[in-house]
Amino acid sequence: MNGAQDLGGMMGFGPVVQEDNEPLFHGDWERRAFAATLAMGATGSWTLDASRHARETLAPAQYLSSSYYQIWLAGLEKLLAERGLVTADEIAAGHALTPPAPVKRKLMADDVETTLAKGGPVDRPASAPATFAVGDHVVARNMHPESHTRLPRYVRGRPGVIEAVHGVHVFPDTNAHGLGEQPHWLYGVAFRAADLWGADADPKLTVRVDLWEPYLDPA
Amino acid sequence: MSHSHDHDHHHDHSELSETELRVRALETVLTEKGYVDPAAMDKLIDIYETKVGPRNGAHVVATAWTDPEYHDWLMKDASAAIHHLGYIGRQGEHMVAVENTTDTHNMVVCTLCSCYPWPVLGLPPVWYKSAPYRSKAVRDPRGVLKDFGIELPETTDIRVWDSTAEVRYLVIPRRPEGTEGWNAEDLAKLVTRDSMIGTGLALTPEQLCEAVSS
Repeated sequence: MNGAQDLGGMMGFGPVVQEDNEPLFHGDWERRAFAATLAMGATGSWTLDASRHARETLAPAQYLSSSYYQIWLAGLEKLLAERGLVTADEIAAGHALTPPAPVKRKLMADDVETTLAKGGPVDRPASAPATFAVGDHVVARNMHPESHTRLPRYVRGRPGVIEAVHGVHVFPDTNAHGLGEQPHWLYGVAFRAADLWGADADPKLTVRVDLWEPYLDPA
Repeated sequence: MSHSHDHDHHHDHSELSETELRVRALETVLTEKGYVDPAAMDKLIDIYETKVGPRNGAHVVATAWTDPEYHDWLMKDASAAIHHLGYIGRQGEHMVAVENTTDTHNMVVCTLCSCYPWPVLGLPPVWYKSAPYRSKAVRDPRGVLKDFGIELPETTDIRVWDSTAEVRYLVIPRRPEGTEGWNAEDLAKLVTRDSMIGTGLALTPEQLCEAVSS
């Protein structure tokens, strides 16, 4: 969706500002919001793609004025509400008011290390050969779904060249919406800056973007 | 809107922001409903605060600088080569290493969210997740480098890697001059987090001296 998360190429945000001696977490609430997000993710109640979609569907004004852990927190609350796991009333009350809904798993302290080490690989066996090969010229599709996509606006309709064939990966556009993994070939596509940003672009800049086959047409 | 349930809390609300209260309330509800184990949350925090961080990535880079076979393996199959050093798991399942050369500088961004190679770099700094970085890196990486106090020659090719899928990128910075004969352990001290994102360069031996003495 064309939400506030799709930031590539926007202007007016000012310089990138680093914080001296930045702590890993700014206050205990960031620690707890981070851990709650991971612990709830581990219950299997939604996919990583669904959690990204929950964050990007925040109203643009809210998204752009929130810190990143505030975005995570708002996304988590949205996912919990959508799935009937926690209601807004319960968060306001600070206590459970309704019986719990069943979840697939519960992450216990003793399993944290093995769960993190296992991660969540998204490569899947190929069921068809890749359409494109390294060196092929492609065009990123001009499409504007209101649903989740990982095709950034700044490459849509732009020509690029396949530089890598990563394998077959879970497709976020369906996986975010309970429509299954529907894995597709994933490619590393190189775009010349001039094709993205016009004649004034940095002549020495190439932008590499990872794009699934349904995002691409042959050039 | 007021909530009569609030008097059940015995915390000192006066010093807590709305967000802090919300997180506390959420964690209580999640725990009461049996969805999360607070001890598991403690453990998650501890791992990212004490075990996972850019020292891991620096180990990978310094190993690649000193061991040509490892370097070749890293460039060919970064996931396997990085896992071999013990750095594995969430947000590092599919790794690619991109190497800076005299001609080419690499920079990694996630314009759509905050994708970052956790097992080798830990959790991202605020600026990496911020709108200024995510908006500017793909259009004006030299401007970003200026924000970091770095100017590259105009002839240097710049490649910016937008992490739009689950592939995670680790920049292998150039090995600084004057480090011939250094072992991997000492070299790792030169490898900063930003040099592995591409918003910085590896420290020179002189810069390391200054950093240590300051």
